[in-house]
Amino acid sequence: MGLMNNHGILERHSILLTIGILVVVSIGGIIQMAPLMYMDNTIEKVDGMRPYTPLELAGRDIYIREGCYVCHSQMVRPLRDEVERYGHYSLAAESMYDHPFQWGSKRTGPDLARVGGKYSAEWQVDHLIDPRALVPESVMPPYAFLMDKKLKYDGIEDRLRTERLVGVPYTDEMIANAKGHILAQADPDNRGFDYYDSLVAEYEAAAGREGTVELRDWDGNPNEITEMDALVAYLQMTGTLVDFTTYEADDLSNRR
Amino acid sequence: MTDERRDIDDHSGIETTGHSWDGIKELNNPLPRWWLYIWYATIAWAIVYMIFMPALPALPGLGTNTTGLRNHSDRDLVAVAVADLKAARVDQSATLLEASLEEIETDRNLQQFALAMGESLFGDNCATCHGAGGRGAVGYPSLADDVWLWDGTLDGIEFTLRHGIRHDGDDETRFSIMPAFGRDGLLNAAEVGALSQHVLMLAGREADVEEAKIGAGLFSIHCATCHGDMGQGDRTQGAPNLTDTEWLYGDSEGEIYATIYNARNSHMPAWQDRLDDASIKALAVYVHTLGGGE
Repeated sequence: MGLMNNHGILERHSILLTIGILVVVSIGGIIQMAPLMYMDNTIEKVDGMRPYTPLELAGRDIYIREGCYVCHSQMVRPLRDEVERYGHYSLAAESMYDHPFQWGSKRTGPDLARVGGKYSAEWQVDHLIDPRALVPESVMPPYAFLMDKKLKYDGIEDRLRTERLVGVPYTDEMIANAKGHILAQADPDNRGFDYYDSLVAEYEAAAGREGTVELRDWDGNPNEITEMDALVAYLQMTGTLVDFTTYEADDLSNRR
Repeated sequence: MTDERRDIDDHSGIETTGHSWDGIKELNNPLPRWWLYIWYATIAWAIVYMIFMPALPALPGLGTNTTGLRNHSDRDLVAVAVADLKAARVDQSATLLEASLEEIETDRNLQQFALAMGESLFGDNCATCHGAGGRGAVGYPSLADDVWLWDGTLDGIEFTLRHGIRHDGDDETRFSIMPAFGRDGLLNAAEVGALSQHVLMLAGREADVEEAKIGAGLFSIHCATCHGDMGQGDRTQGAPNLTDTEWLYGDSEGEIYATIYNARNSHMPAWQDRLDDASIKALAVYVHTLGGGE
Protein backbone atom coordinates (compact mmCIF):
# COMPACT_ATOMS: atom_id res chain seq x y z
CA MET A 1 0.00 0.00 0.00
CA GLY A 2 2.88 2.31 -0.77
CA LEU A 3 0.78 4.68 -2.84
CA MET A 4 -1.77 5.10 -0.09
CA ASN A 5 0.92 6.18 2.34
CA ASN A 6 2.01 8.99 0.06
CA HIS A 7 -1.06 11.13 0.66
CA GLY A 8 1.21 13.35 2.71
CA ILE A 9 2.57 14.75 -0.56
CA LEU A 10 -0.92 15.91 -1.62
CA GLU A 11 -1.73 17.25 1.80
CA ARG A 12 1.36 19.35 1.99
CA HIS A 13 1.08 20.99 -1.45
CA SER A 14 -2.05 23.06 -1.81
CA ILE A 15 -1.81 23.40 -5.61
CA LEU A 16 -1.48 19.65 -6.04
CA LEU A 17 -4.39 19.15 -3.65
CA THR A 18 -6.56 21.62 -5.59
CA ILE A 19 -5.79 19.91 -8.88
CA GLY A 20 -6.50 16.53 -7.30
CA ILE A 21 -9.86 17.72 -6.00
CA LEU A 22 -10.80 19.16 -9.41
CA VAL A 23 -9.97 15.88 -11.13
CA VAL A 24 -12.02 13.80 -8.71
CA VAL A 25 -15.03 16.12 -8.66
CA SER A 26 -15.18 16.48 -12.44
CA ILE A 27 -15.42 12.71 -12.95
CA GLY A 28 -19.07 12.81 -11.88
CA GLY A 29 -19.80 15.76 -14.13
CA ILE A 30 -18.06 14.24 -17.12
CA ILE A 31 -19.97 10.99 -16.78
CA GLN A 32 -23.25 12.91 -16.74
CA MET A 33 -22.49 15.35 -19.52
CA ALA A 34 -20.12 13.71 -21.94
CA PRO A 35 -22.63 11.21 -23.39
CA LEU A 36 -24.94 14.09 -24.36
CA MET A 37 -22.23 15.30 -26.74
CA TYR A 38 -22.27 12.19 -28.91
CA MET A 39 -25.58 10.43 -28.12
CA ASP A 40 -28.14 10.70 -30.90
CA ASN A 41 -31.24 9.51 -29.05
CA THR A 42 -31.82 11.66 -25.99
CA ILE A 43 -35.08 12.73 -27.62
CA GLU A 44 -37.30 10.30 -29.51
CA LYS A 45 -37.86 10.90 -33.18
CA VAL A 46 -41.57 11.51 -33.61
CA ASP A 47 -43.88 12.87 -36.29
CA GLY A 48 -45.99 15.95 -35.80
CA MET A 49 -44.07 18.18 -33.40
CA ARG A 50 -44.02 21.82 -34.43
CA PRO A 51 -43.11 25.06 -32.61
CA TYR A 52 -45.91 26.86 -30.80
CA THR A 53 -47.82 29.38 -32.87
CA PRO A 54 -47.42 32.95 -31.57
CA LEU A 55 -50.86 32.87 -29.94
CA GLU A 56 -50.14 29.54 -28.24
CA LEU A 57 -46.76 30.82 -27.10
CA ALA A 58 -48.40 33.93 -25.63
CA GLY A 59 -50.91 31.67 -23.91
CA ARG A 60 -48.11 29.55 -22.56
CA ASP A 61 -46.45 32.66 -21.15
CA ILE A 62 -49.72 33.49 -19.37
CA TYR A 63 -49.88 29.90 -18.09
CA ILE A 64 -46.45 30.41 -16.55
CA ARG A 65 -47.16 33.95 -15.36
CA GLU A 66 -50.27 32.83 -13.50
CA GLY A 67 -48.39 29.95 -11.94
CA CYS A 68 -50.64 27.23 -13.31
CA TYR A 69 -47.67 24.88 -12.95
CA VAL A 70 -47.88 25.22 -9.17
CA CYS A 71 -50.92 22.94 -9.16
CA HIS A 72 -50.82 21.29 -12.59
CA SER A 73 -48.06 19.11 -14.00
CA GLN A 74 -47.68 18.37 -17.70
CA MET A 75 -46.22 14.92 -17.62
CA VAL A 76 -48.14 11.69 -17.94
CA ARG A 77 -45.89 9.11 -16.32
CA PRO A 78 -45.56 5.59 -17.70
CA LEU A 79 -47.80 4.08 -15.04
CA ARG A 80 -50.95 2.12 -15.77
CA ASP A 81 -53.38 4.30 -13.87
CA GLU A 82 -52.04 7.50 -15.40
CA VAL A 83 -52.10 6.12 -18.92
CA GLU A 84 -55.69 4.96 -18.32
CA ARG A 85 -56.81 8.38 -17.15
CA TYR A 86 -54.76 10.85 -19.16
CA GLY A 87 -53.74 8.97 -22.29
CA HIS A 88 -50.38 8.01 -23.77
CA TYR A 89 -47.45 8.70 -21.47
CA SER A 90 -45.55 11.88 -22.28
CA LEU A 91 -42.52 11.72 -24.54
CA ALA A 92 -39.39 13.83 -24.19
CA ALA A 93 -40.01 15.00 -27.74
CA GLU A 94 -43.27 16.62 -26.69
CA SER A 95 -41.39 19.07 -24.48
CA MET A 96 -38.55 19.78 -26.85
CA TYR A 97 -39.84 23.26 -27.70
CA ASP A 98 -40.74 24.06 -24.09
CA HIS A 99 -38.52 26.65 -22.44
CA PRO A 100 -38.93 25.93 -19.60
CA PHE A 101 -40.68 22.55 -19.63
CA GLN A 102 -43.72 22.04 -17.43
CA TRP A 103 -43.04 18.59 -16.03
CA GLY A 104 -43.61 17.98 -12.38
CA SER A 105 -45.07 15.65 -9.84
CA LYS A 106 -47.03 18.12 -7.72
CA ARG A 107 -50.64 17.77 -8.66
CA THR A 108 -53.28 19.69 -6.79
CA GLY A 109 -55.22 19.76 -10.04
CA PRO A 110 -55.10 17.11 -12.75
CA ASP A 111 -52.24 16.68 -15.19
CA LEU A 112 -52.66 18.90 -18.24
CA ALA A 113 -50.22 17.29 -20.65
CA ARG A 114 -53.10 15.92 -22.76
CA VAL A 115 -55.97 18.18 -21.86
CA GLY A 116 -56.00 19.61 -25.40
CA GLY A 117 -59.35 18.83 -27.02
CA LYS A 118 -60.57 16.77 -24.08
CA TYR A 119 -63.10 19.44 -23.23
CA SER A 120 -64.57 22.17 -25.41
CA ALA A 121 -62.98 25.61 -25.62
CA GLU A 122 -66.23 27.01 -24.22
CA TRP A 123 -65.80 24.80 -21.18
CA GLN A 124 -62.23 25.97 -20.67
CA VAL A 125 -63.42 29.59 -20.76
CA ASP A 126 -66.38 29.01 -18.42
CA HIS A 127 -64.19 26.99 -16.09
CA LEU A 128 -61.42 29.59 -15.98
CA ILE A 129 -63.99 32.32 -15.26
CA ASP A 130 -65.58 30.43 -12.39
CA PRO A 131 -64.25 26.94 -11.71
CA ARG A 132 -66.79 26.18 -8.99
CA ALA A 133 -69.75 26.91 -11.24
CA LEU A 134 -68.85 23.73 -13.12
CA VAL A 135 -66.90 21.67 -10.59
CA PRO A 136 -68.30 22.50 -7.15
CA GLU A 137 -65.54 20.67 -5.27
CA SER A 138 -62.75 22.49 -7.12
CA VAL A 139 -60.21 24.60 -5.19
CA MET A 140 -58.94 26.39 -8.28
CA PRO A 141 -58.97 30.20 -8.11
CA PRO A 142 -61.05 32.03 -10.73
CA TYR A 143 -59.28 33.74 -13.64
CA ALA A 144 -62.18 35.82 -14.91
CA PHE A 145 -59.94 38.86 -15.35
CA LEU A 146 -58.28 37.21 -18.35
CA MET A 147 -61.46 38.04 -20.28
CA ASP A 148 -60.92 41.76 -19.70
CA LYS A 149 -57.21 41.89 -20.38
CA LYS A 150 -56.28 42.57 -23.97
CA LEU A 151 -53.45 40.40 -25.12
CA LYS A 152 -50.25 42.43 -25.44
CA TYR A 153 -48.23 41.13 -28.33
CA ASP A 154 -46.16 44.11 -29.45
CA GLY A 155 -42.93 42.25 -28.89
CA ILE A 156 -44.05 38.87 -30.19
CA GLU A 157 -41.43 38.84 -32.97
CA ASP A 158 -38.65 39.25 -30.42
CA ARG A 159 -40.30 36.61 -28.28
CA LEU A 160 -40.09 34.18 -31.20
CA ARG A 161 -36.49 35.21 -31.91
CA THR A 162 -35.61 34.44 -28.31
CA GLU A 163 -37.08 30.98 -28.67
CA ARG A 164 -35.12 30.51 -31.88
CA LEU A 165 -31.95 31.46 -30.03
CA VAL A 166 -32.42 28.49 -27.71
CA GLY A 167 -33.14 26.08 -30.51
CA VAL A 168 -36.80 26.30 -31.52
CA PRO A 169 -36.90 26.17 -35.33
CA TYR A 170 -38.94 29.29 -36.10
CA THR A 171 -38.43 30.35 -39.69
CA ASP A 172 -37.91 33.94 -40.82
CA GLU A 173 -41.44 33.91 -42.29
CA MET A 174 -42.93 32.77 -39.01
CA ILE A 175 -41.21 35.61 -37.18
CA ALA A 176 -42.05 38.23 -39.80
CA ASN A 177 -45.74 37.23 -39.81
CA ALA A 178 -46.06 36.65 -36.07
CA LYS A 179 -48.49 39.51 -35.40
CA GLY A 180 -50.63 38.51 -38.35
CA HIS A 181 -50.60 34.91 -37.17
CA ILE A 182 -52.00 35.96 -33.81
CA LEU A 183 -54.83 37.76 -35.56
CA ALA A 184 -55.41 34.79 -37.82
CA GLN A 185 -55.60 32.23 -35.06
CA ALA A 186 -57.88 34.26 -32.78
CA ASP A 187 -59.94 36.11 -35.35
CA PRO A 188 -59.71 34.11 -38.58
CA ASP A 189 -62.88 35.49 -40.17
CA ASN A 190 -62.09 39.12 -39.86
CA ARG A 191 -58.82 40.83 -39.01
CA GLY A 192 -56.68 37.76 -39.43
CA PHE A 193 -58.13 36.75 -42.76
CA ASP A 194 -55.05 37.73 -44.80
CA TYR A 195 -52.74 35.63 -42.64
CA TYR A 196 -54.99 32.58 -42.43
CA ASP A 197 -53.29 30.64 -45.21
CA SER A 198 -49.74 31.50 -44.20
CA LEU A 199 -50.37 30.49 -40.55
CA VAL A 200 -51.77 27.12 -41.52
CA ALA A 201 -49.20 26.48 -44.24
CA GLU A 202 -46.11 27.40 -42.23
CA TYR A 203 -46.97 25.58 -39.02
CA GLU A 204 -48.37 22.51 -40.73
CA ALA A 205 -45.21 22.35 -42.79
CA ALA A 206 -43.22 22.40 -39.56
CA ALA A 207 -45.43 19.68 -38.11
CA GLY A 208 -45.28 17.63 -41.28
CA ARG A 209 -48.97 16.84 -41.14
CA GLU A 210 -52.32 18.55 -41.49
CA GLY A 211 -54.83 19.50 -38.87
CA THR A 212 -52.46 20.63 -36.17
CA VAL A 213 -53.43 24.32 -36.18
CA GLU A 214 -56.87 25.28 -34.94
CA LEU A 215 -58.18 28.73 -35.80
CA ARG A 216 -61.24 30.19 -34.11
CA ASP A 217 -62.48 32.72 -31.65
CA TRP A 218 -61.49 31.04 -28.43
CA ASP A 219 -63.11 33.03 -25.67
CA GLY A 220 -66.55 33.74 -27.11
CA ASN A 221 -65.73 37.40 -27.67
CA PRO A 222 -64.74 37.85 -31.31
CA ASN A 223 -64.30 41.60 -30.98
CA GLU A 224 -61.15 41.49 -28.90
CA ILE A 225 -58.09 39.31 -28.61
CA THR A 226 -57.82 38.75 -24.88
CA GLU A 227 -55.43 36.83 -22.69
CA MET A 228 -58.22 34.27 -22.39
CA ASP A 229 -58.00 33.67 -26.15
CA ALA A 230 -54.30 32.96 -25.87
CA LEU A 231 -54.48 30.74 -22.79
CA VAL A 232 -57.34 28.62 -24.13
CA ALA A 233 -55.64 28.33 -27.54
CA TYR A 234 -52.61 26.96 -25.70
CA LEU A 235 -54.59 24.62 -23.46
CA GLN A 236 -56.54 23.22 -26.38
CA MET A 237 -53.38 22.12 -28.22
CA THR A 238 -51.39 20.63 -25.35
CA GLY A 239 -50.40 17.05 -26.06
CA THR A 240 -52.15 16.89 -29.43
CA LEU A 241 -49.19 17.30 -31.78
CA VAL A 242 -47.44 13.94 -31.85
CA ASP A 243 -48.87 11.45 -34.29
CA PHE A 244 -48.98 8.34 -32.13
CA THR A 245 -50.06 6.14 -35.01
CA THR A 246 -46.50 6.39 -36.31
CA TYR A 247 -44.75 6.20 -32.95
CA GLU A 248 -42.95 2.91 -32.36
CA ALA A 249 -42.63 2.30 -28.65
CA ASP A 250 -40.72 -0.94 -29.28
CA ASP A 251 -37.94 0.73 -31.19
CA LEU A 252 -34.67 0.28 -29.35
CA SER A 253 -33.93 3.99 -29.37
CA ASN A 254 -37.36 4.71 -27.85
CA ARG A 255 -36.80 2.44 -24.86
CA ARG A 256 -36.58 4.16 -21.52
CA MET B 1 2.05 -0.04 8.69
CA THR B 2 3.94 -1.93 11.31
CA ASP B 3 3.42 -2.09 15.02
CA GLU B 4 6.59 -0.15 15.74
CA ARG B 5 5.14 2.88 14.00
CA ARG B 6 1.90 2.79 15.94
CA ASP B 7 1.57 5.69 18.28
CA ILE B 8 -0.82 5.24 21.20
CA ASP B 9 -2.18 8.24 23.01
CA ASP B 10 -1.29 7.99 26.67
CA HIS B 11 -4.42 9.58 27.99
CA SER B 12 -7.14 7.70 26.07
CA GLY B 13 -5.21 4.64 24.96
CA ILE B 14 -6.39 5.17 21.35
CA GLU B 15 -4.09 5.09 18.36
CA THR B 16 -3.27 8.49 16.83
CA THR B 17 -2.87 9.32 13.17
CA GLY B 18 0.77 9.98 13.73
CA HIS B 19 0.53 13.60 12.63
CA SER B 20 1.72 16.19 15.06
CA TRP B 21 0.97 19.91 14.95
CA ASP B 22 2.84 21.85 17.62
CA GLY B 23 2.74 18.73 19.70
CA ILE B 24 -1.01 18.25 19.28
CA LYS B 25 -1.99 14.85 17.91
CA GLU B 26 -5.18 13.59 16.31
CA LEU B 27 -6.85 10.41 17.51
CA ASN B 28 -7.55 7.85 14.79
CA ASN B 29 -11.07 6.62 15.52
CA PRO B 30 -11.96 4.41 12.58
CA LEU B 31 -15.47 4.32 11.09
CA PRO B 32 -17.73 1.74 12.75
CA ARG B 33 -17.39 -1.62 11.06
CA TRP B 34 -21.12 -2.03 10.43
CA TRP B 35 -21.20 1.32 8.64
CA LEU B 36 -18.21 0.43 6.52
CA TYR B 37 -19.62 -2.95 5.48
CA ILE B 38 -22.91 -1.41 4.43
CA TRP B 39 -20.98 1.08 2.38
CA TYR B 40 -19.02 -1.73 0.66
CA ALA B 41 -22.29 -3.52 0.06
CA THR B 42 -23.81 -0.52 -1.73
CA ILE B 43 -20.77 -0.37 -4.00
CA ALA B 44 -21.18 -4.03 -4.81
CA TRP B 45 -24.91 -3.49 -5.38
CA ALA B 46 -24.20 -0.62 -7.78
CA ILE B 47 -22.05 -2.94 -9.89
CA VAL B 48 -24.73 -5.65 -9.89
CA TYR B 49 -27.33 -3.04 -10.82
CA MET B 50 -25.24 -1.78 -13.71
CA ILE B 51 -24.98 -5.30 -15.07
CA PHE B 52 -28.67 -6.11 -14.85
CA MET B 53 -30.41 -2.79 -15.43
CA PRO B 54 -30.04 -0.04 -18.04
CA ALA B 55 -27.41 2.14 -16.39
CA LEU B 56 -24.83 3.69 -18.66
CA PRO B 57 -26.27 6.45 -20.85
CA ALA B 58 -24.08 5.60 -23.81
CA LEU B 59 -20.56 4.53 -24.47
CA PRO B 60 -18.67 6.16 -27.34
CA GLY B 61 -19.43 4.31 -30.52
CA LEU B 62 -22.50 2.71 -28.97
CA GLY B 63 -25.47 4.76 -30.11
CA THR B 64 -27.83 3.88 -27.33
CA ASN B 65 -27.77 3.29 -23.62
CA THR B 66 -26.92 -0.11 -22.18
CA THR B 67 -30.05 -2.16 -21.67
CA GLY B 68 -28.71 -4.50 -19.02
CA LEU B 69 -29.27 -8.25 -18.69
CA ARG B 70 -32.85 -7.78 -17.55
CA ASN B 71 -33.66 -5.61 -20.57
CA HIS B 72 -35.82 -3.45 -18.36
CA SER B 73 -37.97 -0.65 -19.81
CA ASP B 74 -40.60 1.38 -17.98
CA ARG B 75 -42.35 1.93 -21.28
CA ASP B 76 -42.56 -1.82 -21.91
CA LEU B 77 -43.87 -2.40 -18.42
CA VAL B 78 -46.68 0.10 -18.76
CA ALA B 79 -47.65 -1.35 -22.12
CA VAL B 80 -47.88 -4.78 -20.48
CA ALA B 81 -49.81 -3.41 -17.51
CA VAL B 82 -52.34 -1.68 -19.76
CA ALA B 83 -52.64 -4.79 -21.92
CA ASP B 84 -53.28 -6.89 -18.79
CA LEU B 85 -55.98 -4.49 -17.68
CA LYS B 86 -57.64 -4.62 -21.08
CA ALA B 87 -57.43 -8.42 -21.07
CA ALA B 88 -59.04 -8.56 -17.65
CA ARG B 89 -61.90 -6.50 -18.98
CA VAL B 90 -62.12 -8.24 -22.28
CA ASP B 91 -64.59 -10.99 -21.33
CA GLN B 92 -67.16 -8.53 -20.09
CA SER B 93 -66.24 -5.98 -22.73
CA ALA B 94 -66.69 -8.57 -25.43
CA THR B 95 -70.21 -9.27 -24.31
CA LEU B 96 -70.81 -5.52 -24.21
CA LEU B 97 -69.54 -5.26 -27.77
CA GLU B 98 -71.73 -8.09 -29.00
CA ALA B 99 -74.87 -7.09 -27.19
CA SER B 100 -77.11 -4.32 -28.42
CA LEU B 101 -77.59 -1.34 -26.15
CA GLU B 102 -81.12 -2.52 -25.34
CA GLU B 103 -79.86 -5.96 -24.35
CA ILE B 104 -77.22 -4.42 -22.11
CA GLU B 105 -79.83 -2.38 -20.35
CA THR B 106 -82.23 -5.26 -19.78
CA ASP B 107 -79.75 -8.00 -18.87
CA ARG B 108 -79.00 -7.62 -15.18
CA ASN B 109 -75.37 -8.73 -15.24
CA LEU B 110 -74.49 -6.76 -18.32
CA GLN B 111 -76.27 -3.73 -16.99
CA GLN B 112 -74.44 -3.88 -13.70
CA PHE B 113 -71.11 -4.09 -15.45
CA ALA B 114 -71.94 -1.32 -17.90
CA LEU B 115 -73.16 0.97 -15.16
CA ALA B 116 -70.06 0.45 -13.01
CA MET B 117 -67.83 1.04 -16.00
CA GLY B 118 -69.94 3.98 -17.16
CA GLU B 119 -69.86 5.62 -13.76
CA SER B 120 -66.08 5.71 -13.53
CA LEU B 121 -65.72 6.85 -17.13
CA PHE B 122 -68.35 9.52 -16.59
CA GLY B 123 -66.57 10.81 -13.51
CA ASP B 124 -63.35 11.49 -15.37
CA ASN B 125 -64.53 12.43 -18.83
CA CYS B 126 -68.06 13.82 -18.62
CA ALA B 127 -68.68 15.15 -15.12
CA THR B 128 -66.33 18.06 -15.73
CA CYS B 129 -69.04 19.63 -17.88
CA HIS B 130 -72.25 17.76 -17.11
CA GLY B 131 -71.65 17.60 -13.36
CA ALA B 132 -71.56 14.64 -11.02
CA GLY B 133 -74.51 12.39 -11.76
CA GLY B 134 -75.21 14.46 -14.87
CA ARG B 135 -76.87 17.27 -12.94
CA GLY B 136 -75.71 19.84 -15.50
CA ALA B 137 -74.77 23.49 -15.13
CA VAL B 138 -75.57 26.73 -16.91
CA GLY B 139 -74.63 26.05 -20.52
CA TYR B 140 -74.11 22.32 -19.93
CA PRO B 141 -77.24 20.23 -20.25
CA SER B 142 -78.49 18.15 -17.37
CA LEU B 143 -78.49 14.48 -18.35
CA ALA B 144 -80.58 13.45 -15.39
CA ASP B 145 -83.86 14.94 -16.63
CA ASP B 146 -86.08 13.97 -19.55
CA VAL B 147 -85.38 17.09 -21.60
CA TRP B 148 -83.17 16.30 -24.57
CA LEU B 149 -81.78 18.73 -27.11
CA TRP B 150 -80.90 16.15 -29.74
CA ASP B 151 -81.84 12.60 -28.88
CA GLY B 152 -82.47 10.80 -25.63
CA THR B 153 -82.70 7.27 -26.98
CA LEU B 154 -79.92 4.77 -26.36
CA ASP B 155 -78.78 4.90 -29.97
CA GLY B 156 -79.06 8.68 -30.03
CA ILE B 157 -76.93 9.04 -26.91
CA GLU B 158 -74.34 6.68 -28.35
CA PHE B 159 -74.24 8.70 -31.57
CA THR B 160 -73.75 11.93 -29.65
CA LEU B 161 -70.95 10.35 -27.63
CA ARG B 162 -69.21 9.11 -30.75
CA HIS B 163 -69.48 12.19 -32.90
CA GLY B 164 -69.94 15.04 -30.46
CA ILE B 165 -71.85 18.22 -31.06
CA ARG B 166 -70.42 20.85 -33.41
CA HIS B 167 -67.09 19.06 -33.18
CA ASP B 168 -64.65 20.29 -35.80
CA GLY B 169 -62.81 17.09 -36.54
CA ASP B 170 -65.87 14.89 -37.15
CA ASP B 171 -67.89 14.84 -40.36
CA GLU B 172 -70.92 13.20 -38.77
CA THR B 173 -71.05 15.44 -35.73
CA ARG B 174 -74.43 16.85 -34.72
CA PHE B 175 -74.48 20.29 -36.24
CA SER B 176 -76.61 23.41 -36.37
CA ILE B 177 -75.79 27.07 -35.98
CA MET B 178 -77.92 29.69 -34.28
CA PRO B 179 -77.13 33.09 -35.77
CA ALA B 180 -76.02 35.88 -33.46
CA PHE B 181 -79.01 38.04 -34.33
CA GLY B 182 -77.85 41.15 -32.50
CA ARG B 183 -74.11 40.91 -32.76
CA ASP B 184 -74.12 40.14 -36.47
CA GLY B 185 -76.63 42.90 -37.17
CA LEU B 186 -79.55 40.75 -38.34
CA LEU B 187 -81.83 42.50 -35.85
CA ASN B 188 -81.49 45.76 -33.96
CA ALA B 189 -81.59 45.99 -30.20
CA ALA B 190 -85.28 46.93 -30.09
CA GLU B 191 -86.19 43.93 -32.24
CA VAL B 192 -84.15 41.59 -30.06
CA GLY B 193 -85.96 43.08 -27.06
CA ALA B 194 -89.35 42.44 -28.66
CA LEU B 195 -88.34 38.88 -29.51
CA SER B 196 -87.28 38.30 -25.89
CA GLN B 197 -90.77 39.35 -24.79
CA HIS B 198 -92.35 36.91 -27.23
CA VAL B 199 -90.09 34.11 -26.02
CA LEU B 200 -91.04 34.90 -22.42
CA MET B 201 -94.67 34.65 -23.49
CA LEU B 202 -94.06 31.30 -25.21
CA ALA B 203 -92.69 30.00 -21.95
CA GLY B 204 -95.89 31.11 -20.22
CA ARG B 205 -94.17 33.84 -18.32
CA GLU B 206 -95.08 37.44 -17.67
CA ALA B 207 -94.29 39.61 -20.69
CA ASP B 208 -95.01 42.93 -22.29
CA VAL B 209 -97.96 42.06 -24.55
CA GLU B 210 -97.44 44.89 -27.07
CA GLU B 211 -93.76 44.09 -27.47
CA ALA B 212 -94.50 40.40 -27.68
CA LYS B 213 -96.86 41.02 -30.60
CA ILE B 214 -94.06 42.62 -32.59
CA GLY B 215 -91.82 39.81 -31.43
CA ALA B 216 -94.27 37.18 -32.71
CA GLY B 217 -93.89 38.46 -36.25
CA LEU B 218 -90.11 38.41 -36.01
CA PHE B 219 -90.25 34.95 -34.46
CA SER B 220 -92.08 33.43 -37.42
CA ILE B 221 -89.50 34.91 -39.81
CA HIS B 222 -86.27 34.31 -37.94
CA CYS B 223 -86.82 31.58 -35.37
CA ALA B 224 -89.67 29.30 -36.41
CA THR B 225 -87.64 27.34 -39.00
CA CYS B 226 -85.65 25.75 -36.20
CA HIS B 227 -87.64 26.29 -33.03
CA GLY B 228 -91.01 25.57 -34.66
CA ASP B 229 -94.04 27.82 -35.12
CA MET B 230 -95.10 27.44 -31.52
CA GLY B 231 -91.54 27.36 -30.18
CA GLN B 232 -91.85 23.66 -29.52
CA GLY B 233 -88.28 23.05 -30.71
CA ASP B 234 -86.84 20.57 -33.17
CA ARG B 235 -84.67 17.70 -32.05
CA THR B 236 -83.24 17.06 -35.52
CA GLN B 237 -81.53 20.44 -35.30
CA GLY B 238 -80.89 20.50 -31.59
CA ALA B 239 -83.23 23.49 -31.31
CA PRO B 240 -84.56 23.57 -27.77
CA ASN B 241 -88.21 23.65 -26.85
CA LEU B 242 -88.94 27.23 -25.76
CA THR B 243 -92.29 26.47 -24.15
CA ASP B 244 -91.06 24.40 -21.23
CA THR B 245 -89.44 25.51 -17.98
CA GLU B 246 -85.98 24.16 -18.79
CA TRP B 247 -83.52 26.90 -19.74
CA LEU B 248 -79.96 25.91 -20.49
CA TYR B 249 -78.66 29.47 -20.43
CA GLY B 250 -80.97 31.02 -17.87
CA ASP B 251 -84.59 32.12 -18.01
CA SER B 252 -84.39 35.77 -16.98
CA GLU B 253 -85.35 38.43 -19.49
CA GLY B 254 -81.72 39.62 -19.65
CA GLU B 255 -80.38 36.14 -20.24
CA ILE B 256 -82.88 35.42 -22.99
CA TYR B 257 -81.98 38.75 -24.58
CA ALA B 258 -78.29 37.81 -24.41
CA THR B 259 -79.01 34.43 -25.95
CA ILE B 260 -80.79 35.97 -28.94
CA TYR B 261 -78.23 38.75 -29.26
CA ASN B 262 -75.06 36.61 -29.11
CA ALA B 263 -76.44 33.17 -30.03
CA ARG B 264 -75.62 29.97 -28.21
CA ASN B 265 -73.79 27.24 -30.02
CA SER B 266 -72.38 24.90 -27.46
CA HIS B 267 -69.84 22.29 -28.30
CA MET B 268 -69.20 18.74 -27.18
CA PRO B 269 -66.07 16.86 -28.23
CA ALA B 270 -66.37 13.61 -30.16
CA TRP B 271 -65.24 10.74 -27.99
CA GLN B 272 -64.82 7.88 -30.42
CA ASP B 273 -61.11 8.56 -30.87
CA ARG B 274 -60.46 8.84 -27.15
CA LEU B 275 -62.58 5.97 -25.82
CA ASP B 276 -62.95 2.44 -27.10
CA ASP B 277 -66.25 0.99 -28.30
CA ALA B 278 -67.03 -0.86 -25.09
CA SER B 279 -66.47 2.30 -23.05
CA ILE B 280 -68.78 4.32 -25.28
CA LYS B 281 -71.50 1.66 -25.02
CA ALA B 282 -71.15 1.56 -21.26
CA LEU B 283 -71.37 5.34 -21.10
CA ALA B 284 -74.45 5.40 -23.34
CA VAL B 285 -76.21 2.96 -21.03
CA TYR B 286 -75.07 4.89 -17.96
CA VAL B 287 -76.31 8.22 -19.31
CA HIS B 288 -79.56 6.64 -20.44
CA THR B 289 -80.25 5.41 -16.92
CA LEU B 290 -79.38 8.69 -15.20
CA GLY B 291 -82.99 9.67 -15.11
CA GLY B 292 -84.45 10.68 -18.42
CA GLY B 293 -83.58 8.07 -21.01
CA GLU B 294 -86.17 7.50 -23.73
